[in-house]
Amino acid sequence: MKLKLKELRKTLYIFATEKTIGFTLISIFLGLVVGAIFLAAAGFNPFQAYWVMLLGVFSKPSYISYTIIRATPLILTGLSIAFAFKTGLFNIGAEGQFIIGSVAATAAGYFLHLPLLIHIPVVIISAVLAAGIWGGIAGYFKAKFGVHEVISTIMLNWIALYFQNFLIYTKGFQKPGGETSYSIQPTANMMILKTWKQSEAGREWLLQHPFWKDLLRTPMNWGFVIAILMAILVWFILNKTALGYRLRAVGFNKFAAEYGGINVNKNMIISMFIAGALAGLAGALQVVGVSHKVTLIAAMEGYGFDGIAVALIANSNALGCILAGLLFGALKYGGTKIQMFPVKAPSEVINIVIGSIVFFISIPKLIKVILTRKNKKEGTK
Amino acid sequence: MGYENVTQSLTKVIEMKNITKKFGDFVANDSVNLDVFKGKVHALLGENGAGKSTLMNILYGLYSPTSGEILINGKKVDITNPNIAIEHGIGMVHQHFMLIKPFTVAQNIILGREPISKLSVLNMKKALKDVKEISERYGLYVDPNAKIEDISVGMQQRVEILKALYRGAEILILDEPTAVLTPQEIIELIQIIKNLTKEGKSIILISHKLKEIIDAADFCLIIRRGKHIDTVVVSETDEEGLASKMVGREVSFVVAKDHKEAGEEIFSIKDLIVKDNRDIIAVNKLNLSIKKGEILGLAGIDGNGQTELLEAITGLRKVESGKIMINGEDITNNTPFQVISKKISHIPEDRQKRGLVLEFDISENTILENYYKEPFAKKGILQYNNIQVYAKELIDKFDVRPREESKMARTLSGGNQQKVIIAREVSNNPDLLIAAQPTRGLDVGAIEFVHKSLIEQRNKNKAVFLISFELDEIMNVSDRIAVIYEGKIVGIVDAKDAEIETLGLMMAGGGNK
Repeated sequence: MKLKLKELRKTLYIFATEKTIGFTLISIFLGLVVGAIFLAAAGFNPFQAYWVMLLGVFSKPSYISYTIIRATPLILTGLSIAFAFKTGLFNIGAEGQFIIGSVAATAAGYFLHLPLLIHIPVVIISAVLAAGIWGGIAGYFKAKFGVHEVISTIMLNWIALYFQNFLIYTKGFQKPGGETSYSIQPTANMMILKTWKQSEAGREWLLQHPFWKDLLRTPMNWGFVIAILMAILVWFILNKTALGYRLRAVGFNKFAAEYGGINVNKNMIISMFIAGALAGLAGALQVVGVSHKVTLIAAMEGYGFDGIAVALIANSNALGCILAGLLFGALKYGGTKIQMFPVKAPSEVINIVIGSIVFFISIPKLIKVILTRKNKKEGTK
Repeated sequence: MGYENVTQSLTKVIEMKNITKKFGDFVANDSVNLDVFKGKVHALLGENGAGKSTLMNILYGLYSPTSGEILINGKKVDITNPNIAIEHGIGMVHQHFMLIKPFTVAQNIILGREPISKLSVLNMKKALKDVKEISERYGLYVDPNAKIEDISVGMQQRVEILKALYRGAEILILDEPTAVLTPQEIIELIQIIKNLTKEGKSIILISHKLKEIIDAADFCLIIRRGKHIDTVVVSETDEEGLASKMVGREVSFVVAKDHKEAGEEIFSIKDLIVKDNRDIIAVNKLNLSIKKGEILGLAGIDGNGQTELLEAITGLRKVESGKIMINGEDITNNTPFQVISKKISHIPEDRQKRGLVLEFDISENTILENYYKEPFAKKGILQYNNIQVYAKELIDKFDVRPREESKMARTLSGGNQQKVIIAREVSNNPDLLIAAQPTRGLDVGAIEFVHKSLIEQRNKNKAVFLISFELDEIMNVSDRIAVIYEGKIVGIVDAKDAEIETLGLMMAGGGNK
């Protein structure tokens, strides 16, 4: 028995310390355990709560769809931050870049009148460019004046927030009587089967097909597919292209990159531009796919900050951001379910769970210490 | 007399018995025994990757041995972390400095043992006094108020040694302490070691420099590929004896080099002025020229403008005034990219900071300057098959170990890291190869290899610029020797006629202008 325990611990150790998925899974598990402790302490049954959450995410097609819709912007802001991480930069500015992306998308979606197939790409491209430049500003400041990107992007976040609120109170952009902008033109709407859903024939057909009816009840759109394609593209750029080589070299060791003839400053600006563009894309997809407009915001909505957690859970791996984003979306969406009957727990517990997961991922040392105590003396490095 | 007889009457302060350390299947130490005696210097000799550092890391509590035991003053101890080692009076000066760069010399030395006044306020006055006192006592002069990032590598080494001395270690582990010191500084260090042992302190000297082991050590443990080869009394052996035990074969100390007539001038520097990080003139109206097919050695003590000169040539530092020319083209204040494209290659002084991206594997490091060119990239897409083939070729040709192009550069030993850099730079087929401290921290076998590579380059009628603080190296390898002092060339001599005394005098500023 003792021997088996020893082996188990050794396997767990290797599993947990090789910076693999295994390590991430253990962290997620520990996060859930901490969340359970909080639930139990507050007088709720943690098993019931987690079960309700699980059902709340998977038991209906519409639930799955909502989870995916929640996850889409997080995958992209996660990618934005992971990309910057890989190139040695800490992009706190995904929040502001997201806002700039959604404002630009709303503007291009409302003011421009274009045919259906052209309008959406134009909207997305304008948002991506605007947010890319927004991110690039931070890169330029760092390259030119040595301003740390953490400082400049935090400032840019606030500028973006108040810029959006300013626009919402601007005549021509503000929808009269409301604290929102006008909605984008129907040609810029990316919701799947939007017109058909509301047509006579569509409604009739859906009445007979409850599965599809339930699924299409949600603002299902192409955003998720685009996010996945972006994750693959980012992975490809980082690992398979000369540009990615250059960016990673700068990220890992800018002195060696400089010595090797790589223009460090230029690459920092490029990197921040791409990071901004990814976060801006998240904002654009949110507008064309879900909200169709921007509204007055009192505080940061958190897409960018949640993206930091997504990137951390994904260990800055581009493809990992898809899974991490989905996990995050599921926790966020499922978390709202435990507020309702029969659990009626505060959804804040879910934020505790998410916080714990990030916490455990950020402290691989602690997990290593827990698992190594004895292994060390037995000679595994 | 023999080791047993000589050591009979001495007091053992440390006994490491049958130490074995395995990393997975790899045996880093295989039943190694080490005894350290009070007031004696025990050298630890072995090639790069032989397991010297592993053994010392076990003693310092950074690793736990797989088997074996450690006794300090006759008592069995379990050293599970460096704090326990420090409690037992063990101090370590690491090969790679553990200094906080934005802090001053004094702040670094007192770190963790800061003198405080009544209200727990840091007493900087006392700290400065202590540092000054200790630095004078051991003859290791440093400016206590200088920031680490502004002082030379050689000075940083001094701070590391002072730091351990400040902590009052009884047993001092010196990991390659002379790797960056000038000949004069090495003599001083050996004197310091002798002073320390006179006061009853014991020294473990990790080194692969045979000369300093002969000069400084009493006993010497030789390790080869993790195995305990022998422990000898240093006064009963010589350099050849130690070398053959370390490498396992006879080693030649003389660099084989035929006479070669140098060709036309290819590279020149005129009235160059360059400032250092503190905005003080470091290179002061320097003039220099190198011909095809010759190795020009630059001798000088660390901190006389060598680093700034190199950075100015390679585009890493701004030139204030003057001109740098290669093949008739002006390259003054070019970017590193432009300099590389003018066929200048550079083996950098600090291989881990400049030379390699440690998180990249070997193959990615071999294309650092050429990653965007065919066949390594086509239309911006990296061609991993071609990169791997190329890396394998270099690994074979330059004998990089292990022979796996997917190994991370960080995991290689210092000698093999240097081989990767040399492989990359020489394969660029440069007109001018700049080699800065190319053998720093390398063992005899690897040094032989580096020198051969430089001479091969010269035999191909290329120009080579060798910068080194090792006077022996400069004298052995160069065709002409220029001496730098306070940012100026104070003399140029033919290597055939060079005498160590005259060079040493010039290096200290006493040469004829």
